[in-house]
This record gives sequence, structure tokens and C-alpha cells, in this order.
Amino acid sequence: MTQVDLQMPSGGQAVASPHAHGGNSVRRTMLQVQVALVPATLFGFWLYGWPAFFLWAGTILSCIAWEALSLRLAGSARVRPTLLDGSAVLTGWLLAMTLPPWAPWWVALVGGFIAIVIGKQVFGGIGQNVFNPAMVARVALLVSFPVSLTQWVTPMPLSAVAGPDFVDGLRIFLSDLPMPDAISSASLLGHVKTELSRGVDMAAALGGAHAPASSWLGVRPGSLGESSAGLILVGGLFMIGTGLIGWHLPLAMLAGLAIPAAIASSVDPTRYLGAAQHLLSGAAMLGAFFIVTDYVTSPNTRSGQLLFAFCVGLLTWVIRTYGGYPEGMAFAVLLMNAMTPVIDRFFKPRILGRDRRGKALDLPDSERG
Amino acid sequence: MDIGKFLRKLSGKDWGVHPDDHKRPAADARVRALPIPPRVHLMLSQHVGAPSRPVVLIGQKVLKGELIAAAQGNISAPLHASTSGVVSAIGEIAAPHPSGLSGMAITIDTDGEDKWIDCDPVADPFALSAEEIARRVADAGVVGLGGATFPSSVKLNLGRRSSIDTLIINGSECEPYLSCDERLMRDRTDDIVAGIRLMLISTGAKQARVGIEDNKPAAIAAMRAATSGHAEIEVVSVPARYPMGSDRQLIIELTGREVPADARAADVGVIVHNVGTAYAIQQAVCLGRPLVSRLMTLNGAAAAAPGNYEVVLGTLISELVAFTGGTRGEPAKLVMGGPMMGMRLPHMQIPVVKGTSGVLLLDGYEAADSEPDPCIRCGSCVKACPMGLLPLEMAARIRNDALTDAVDLGLKDCIACGCCAWVCPSRIPLVQYFVHAKGELSSQDRAKLRNDATRKLAQQRQERLEREAREKLEAAARRKAERAAQAAAAAEAKAQTKTASVTEGESA
Repeated sequence: MTQVDLQMPSGGQAVASPHAHGGNSVRRTMLQVQVALVPATLFGFWLYGWPAFFLWAGTILSCIAWEALSLRLAGSARVRPTLLDGSAVLTGWLLAMTLPPWAPWWVALVGGFIAIVIGKQVFGGIGQNVFNPAMVARVALLVSFPVSLTQWVTPMPLSAVAGPDFVDGLRIFLSDLPMPDAISSASLLGHVKTELSRGVDMAAALGGAHAPASSWLGVRPGSLGESSAGLILVGGLFMIGTGLIGWHLPLAMLAGLAIPAAIASSVDPTRYLGAAQHLLSGAAMLGAFFIVTDYVTSPNTRSGQLLFAFCVGLLTWVIRTYGGYPEGMAFAVLLMNAMTPVIDRFFKPRILGRDRRGKALDLPDSERG
Repeated sequence: MDIGKFLRKLSGKDWGVHPDDHKRPAADARVRALPIPPRVHLMLSQHVGAPSRPVVLIGQKVLKGELIAAAQGNISAPLHASTSGVVSAIGEIAAPHPSGLSGMAITIDTDGEDKWIDCDPVADPFALSAEEIARRVADAGVVGLGGATFPSSVKLNLGRRSSIDTLIINGSECEPYLSCDERLMRDRTDDIVAGIRLMLISTGAKQARVGIEDNKPAAIAAMRAATSGHAEIEVVSVPARYPMGSDRQLIIELTGREVPADARAADVGVIVHNVGTAYAIQQAVCLGRPLVSRLMTLNGAAAAAPGNYEVVLGTLISELVAFTGGTRGEPAKLVMGGPMMGMRLPHMQIPVVKGTSGVLLLDGYEAADSEPDPCIRCGSCVKACPMGLLPLEMAARIRNDALTDAVDLGLKDCIACGCCAWVCPSRIPLVQYFVHAKGELSSQDRAKLRNDATRKLAQQRQERLEREAREKLEAAARRKAERAAQAAAAAEAKAQTKTASVTEGESA
């Protein structure tokens, strides 16, 4: 028991209400997203072996290092809390998920630089960036180093005898040796693009001996964390269940991709991939649940989010189908990121007591006698 | 998660927040009356409107319920001695205000007898006219006890003037920690129902709906039982969701009517009163007792004996805390009212006023003070806002001092409920931003009014000077003309006389 007449100075804190808090924090939010990424990531490690693990760790470390350096150079007074908020870790993690699993060390280093310094810190740090940092890095790397960024390794599970052990994995990560043909492979989307450009019919392309299969499980060549649609979905549902993200963004993006795909493939199945292949291939699932749902670069309102994500899906399909690159998710996301401020300008929630334009509602005189 | 909640979440109509209510065990503890303290301090301004004007002298002996300060103006409320004793001071004391500003109060040295004046009970209150009920409510100094402290009689009269069909009784008590309304509904059910019937007569409304959040099943059951014989009063269980007790939200929940932004509840045929007010009205009308005490909650992890207490107005918070056994550890925050919209107090030497629904002694964990992080645009605040605003965008504008942009985004529609700041993962004190901006805007408005008035005065002076100068000139010109006319007339007359005399001379 303390004295009754105690004086309580207000301290430096805000005096305005509320005087309690729901308990959420930036750090907790970032951690929950990372938890959601765990299943697909572990599967990626298992599928592609130790090099994938080193790439993942390297990319995250690189992001943390660039973040720390940027903050120090900017003279930030909050270096420690900012590093601890987990946002740099998440950016690095997401970037690693989209990289070819056997990408070498300098991809991690350069990718981290582009994501954190160019994608985020030059805009003013967390919450200020216009574009999704991981996608900025992904696209910049792809455009700058097309060969290194499109070398897909044939799945070689950790349990397989032929797979690289810990030391070999480290050597692959650090040495940047050209990948032997025997273990390199094409992703489904790349394979289809190549075959179609050679004039091969879609059915023949998919039916060929070297054709990669698409499946929920995801034992196929692809990016580190994009192969298992099922496990990404598990993580995504976890985030929806905990209220971290809404269902609007993922569903709208998948719809934006699947609807044109379904229409086109039903019109001309010899030239267009079906909806299922589109959804289960490449970065579609990862994009839907982890990329378009990025808080900073997506619109504020649910209606704005629906439009934003649907357009991401649609653009992804357009780029995949008609563009020069087999995969278009990252490009689509960046294009729509640029549209986010415009969408936010036109899509605002209706204020209670006002109509959509902000005019006060009319009095319901006629309704009451 | 139940199905309804899940569907609301899916449909995106999940406004507001669901904080832990922390109502129990305080809500289930028996109400205790606080003994009369040696001194009570009655603030002259404990209602919305003009402060009341003292009508007692220092040294004057007063009885409990005696008028000590009269209402001033149309929107005001009288003040009565909360116990018997001698008026010992009329002056400034620390008022309920976050920075401990002072305010005028009448201090009474109590005599411990707690002797009532002769009250004026009514044998059949339900036979009284609407005007008479409103008059008795006004004389008793009853104000909205949900915290708004708007003079109740003004609202009752307003109800009669505009056509009100539904009286809404707010028993939602959506603020966490507080349970005085719940206790009142459980313990003084019949009095509340009588108060509601009196309000129906006074407002002319045909029906009353009592909204009680579903986290108070005992209160709902008690109120349902007490109103079973009155078809015009319906007790409705509403979902426990903050801020359900906010007028606009409760009106939608209970009637489906949406109050337009620049209108009042009365404009859609509804008037809202708190259950505590219903009780005070019953006391005032049936027993002739003015509002001199109230039920309030003491709660928080640092409170030694959480519960509800019957406290006479003007009792210092320190007396209440001392009576209940002091504090448990050092409270991190002292709050008057609820944690979401209450007022942080700098110390305990502050008196209980009519609007004091509770006092919270929050420990460090509950107070949850921490350094804010940058906004990550997560949109939690947008989802939580019960008014459909964009708190993150408004705060960004205010940070850049673009207040008009914030107003365009709906700053003036903000009800300061605190949902946005409560959910914010970056712990940005959003309400602080909005309160600051609103204050800034109103001081700008005042400055503008002042400038306009000054400009108008200066202009009027200029016009007056010009007019005076013009008039002077005109007068001078007129005088000159008159003089000239006179001179001309004189000259003419002279000439005429001359001629006449000449003629005369000639004729002579």
C-alpha cells in the first residue's frame, strides 16, 4: 500500500484518451507474417537443399545490414527499435522467397541493397515507400541479371542422396558456379512460353517429357518459396484467421488472374494456359497472400483493395500471356503500387451520416408522418 | 468466434473494437456508500453550458439538497448542496481537467448530519403534465449522467418541440471497467423504469427502447422483468462492442435510423438518455430530490477495492481512494471516466462531479504507455473507426499542418472514441492529433471572428469619419450657400429699400 495522496505527474506521454491499448504492435504484426511464411519456407529448404537455406539467411542478413547502415547514415535516433520491428527481416524473407533457390551470394547482397536502400529508405523508411521493396528488388535483379535470376534447379530434396550437403550448399551459395545442365530445369511458365514461341501447341508443350507438372504440393522447379501453393495457402489462411489480413486482397488477385485465364483457355486451349495452371504456378499464390497484402503499398479501403488486387491479377495474366517474361506478378504489383495513391483518392469509406461524396444525408422527413 | 461475428467480419461491417471489458469482479460487488467527507467541493461548471451562479454566502448554513448556485441562461443547470454543513469558501480549486486547470467551486464544511431540506414528493407523478416534469427535472439540476452532462430538461423540452417517436435509453455502458450503470439497472430497476415512463410523458414519445450490451445478462434480465407490464418499453440486448454507447451507433442499432452529419438525433425522431439519468429523473420528479450524489465505479489493477460506490458530489477522489484502502502499488495512470474516452487526471485532489462515472487506477501494464512507431498503413484504424473515417490519412495531414485537408477527410465527424488509437500497432496517439487539430481549428475560427470584428469596426470607423467629414463639408457648403443667399437677399432688400426710399424721396 502506498500513500493515498500520491501525485502522479503526467510524464511525457499523450494526455488524450484512450488510456489503454489493444496490445498489437508493429513487431508482433511482422512476426505473425513471418510465422505464416514458415511452412512454405521449410518446404523450400527441404525441396532445394542447403543452398536455399543459405540464400534465405543471406538475403535477410543483407537486408538487416543495409537497414542498419541506412539508418546510421540518416542519423536516425531509432536505429535499434527500427531494426527490432522486424520489417527488414520480413522484406528480406519475402525477397528470398521469390529468388531462384540456388542464387549466389551477390544476389542476396545486391537484392538487399535494392530492397532496403532504394525500395524503402530513400522514401523515408518504414511506412513511407510507394513500391513493395521486395518486388522492387526482384524486378531490378531480374532485369539486370536475367541469367542468374532464371536458373531453376530441379527439386533435390534434402533427403535425396544426390543433393548437396551443408558444405556443398555453402560452396554453391558462395562460389557462383554455373549450374550444371543436369540439375537445371525450366519452370512451368517459362517452359510454356518457350514452347509456344517455338510454335508448339499447348497440349504438346504440357504433355512433353520435360514438361513440369503443376500441383498443390509443389515438387517442381521454381523460386525458393513459391512452389508449394498448398503451404502458402496454409500461411495465408492463418493470416486471415488471425485478422492480420482481410480476404479481399488475396481473393481479388486470384480472381483477377483466374477469370481471364479461364475465359481465354476455354476459347482457345491450344494457346492459353488454364486457370488452375495459372493459379498454381509461379508467384501467384505467394503474391496473393503475401505481396499484394503488404500494408504500406496497398489501398486503405476494402473497395479500393478489391480493385487494386484484381488489377494485379489481371496484369499478371496479361504479362504472362502476352509479355516477354514468363512471370509477371512482380511487374503487375509495382504497376498497381503506383496506382495506390490514386485509388486511395477515389475510394474512401462512407462517413456515417454522409453520402459517398461527403455531403450530409437528407433528413428523412417523408418517412415519418 | 461465433457465426454472427464471423459474418460481420466477412461483410466488413465490423466497426468498433472489442476490448476486454474488465467489468468483473467490480460489477458484481455490492454497492457501498462512501461516508460523508469532512468537506465537499462543488464545481460551478459540471454541466454543458453556462456555469451556475452562486446564491449562498460564505458562512451560510445549508441543508442537503438546498440550492447553492442557480442556472444561468438557457443551457445551464442549478447546483445543490450535496450534504448539510456550512459554506466555507467560494473560489478556485483544481478542476477535473488533464492539466489540472482550476475552476470555481463552492466548498462546504460538512456537519456529518446529512440532513435533507424539505423535499416535495409527488403522490402521482405519472399524472403530472409534460411541462411540469421537465420543470422539476430542471430544478433538480439533472444532467446527462452518461458523461455528456447536457442539461436533461433542455433535451426533454426539445423532445416535445420536435416530433419524437422513440426514446432511447442507453444502458450499453460500452466503456471497459465501468459498471455503475449495470449496478443501477440491477439494484434500482423499478426506479429506472419509473424514470423512463416519466421521460416518455415528458418527451411525448410513444415508445422507449433500452439498449443493454449482452455482456450484462443480469441487468438485461432485471430490466426485462421490471418492464414486462409496460408494452411501450422494450429492453433490447445489443452486441458488446465499443463504442455501442455512442449516440449515433446506438440509434442505428436500435432503430436502423442514421442521423445525418449536421443534424441531431431529434431530427430523426429519436432522443437518447442514459439509464443513470432515468434514475436521477425519477428521484427528482417522484421524491423531489435534486441530483446531489451518484453511483460511480472504482476500478483498475491498482485499485485496492474495485467496486461501485455511492458518492456525494464534491467528494475528493483522494477520499474515495483512502476509504477503499488506498492503492495497490503505484498507479501508472489516474483516469476519470472509462479508459477509452475518460480524462487523465494529474492528481487525486479533484472532486467528483455529476459526470463522473468512475475513477480508474491503472497499473503500468493496463496503461500500456510506449513510444509510438511510424505508421505502417496497416489500415486497422480504418476498419475500427465507427464513423467511417480514415484516421491514418487525417493524422498524416495534421502532422504536415494541413488542417483544411484533414477537415475535408472528415475531421469534424470524429467522435474521439479512441478505437483507432486502441488498435494502432504503432501506438500513434491518433486522438491526440485530432483533439489538437480541432482545438487549433477552433482557435483559428475564434481569431478569424476577432479579426473580422476588428476589421468591421475599423471599417465602420472609417465610414463614420468619412461621413462626418462629408457632412461637415456639406454643412459648410450649406452655410455658405445660406450666407450667400442671405447676403443676396439682404442686398436685394437693401436695394429695394434704397429704391423705395429713392422713390419715396422722389415722390416726396
